[in-house]
Amino acid sequence: MKAYLTRRYMFSASHRLHSETMSDAENVATYGKCNNPYGHGHNYTLEVMISGAVDERTGMVCNLADLDGFVQREILEHFDHQNLNTLAEFAEAVPTTENLCIAVFDILQRGFHDAHLEKVRFEETMMNSFEYWGESRVIE
Amino acid sequence: MVYLTRRAEFSASHYYHNPEFSAEDNRRIFGKCNNPNGHGHNYLLEVTVKGEVDARSGFVVDLKQLKETMSREVLDALDHRFLNKEIPEFFTRIPTTENLAIAIWQRLAPKLQAARLHRVRVYETPDLFVDFYGEA
Repeated sequence: MKAYLTRRYMFSASHRLHSETMSDAENVATYGKCNNPYGHGHNYTLEVMISGAVDERTGMVCNLADLDGFVQREILEHFDHQNLNTLAEFAEAVPTTENLCIAVFDILQRGFHDAHLEKVRFEETMMNSFEYWGESRVIE
Repeated sequence: MVYLTRRAEFSASHYYHNPEFSAEDNRRIFGKCNNPNGHGHNYLLEVTVKGEVDARSGFVVDLKQLKETMSREVLDALDHRFLNKEIPEFFTRIPTTENLAIAIWQRLAPKLQAARLHRVRVYETPDLFVDFYGEA
């Protein structure tokens, strides 16, 4: 029996949306308030969805303690209370929540192999959210 | 095809324990959830059905019927129960959120009439939920 499990986490970080490939005027036109040179912050909610067969002996898709441990160590400790623009992931990419989804998906894909990674979803504020299912899946 | 979701809440207790594991392994694998006296949750259930919109009624499914089926087959049986000791599915299976979603699917799927069951989602807490689509 295949089930899909989703776990939510939170961290806080700051960022500035600014692209070196655009002029200052284009940056302001594109990113508006988010282009403020001093940056600004969010409380991000991260949702990690994994899937797999439910193990008959444990009743679990994967052990939550292992998922929590991985996310704590590799994601929350890395991003929480940081300025995203200063991190290696965003040395070239603009730290939009779209790119944050992709960066977190890559960390999970590379390092967490206890279950199949389906989706990473971020709520940047209560009013907007972003999801990334990897390149293999296109949502209709 | 239109998808309709109905939510309901129930409260129950459970604990995780596999008699085939040693006491030590049970504690290591299940952690706090292994406490034999159990602990409880307010579960939030979302049942999604799918179907064509009936031209005469404008409904995918009669909501009253869906609500009654959910109440009879799931809520009346599980609400305010100790899942391990009172619910037959969990005499042998561990009442994880995964198995709870599967058990609820198996209770509902044969009882729904016009609409087909699409997804059962069970929130154990606001930060943890499981989806089951009836996949083998």
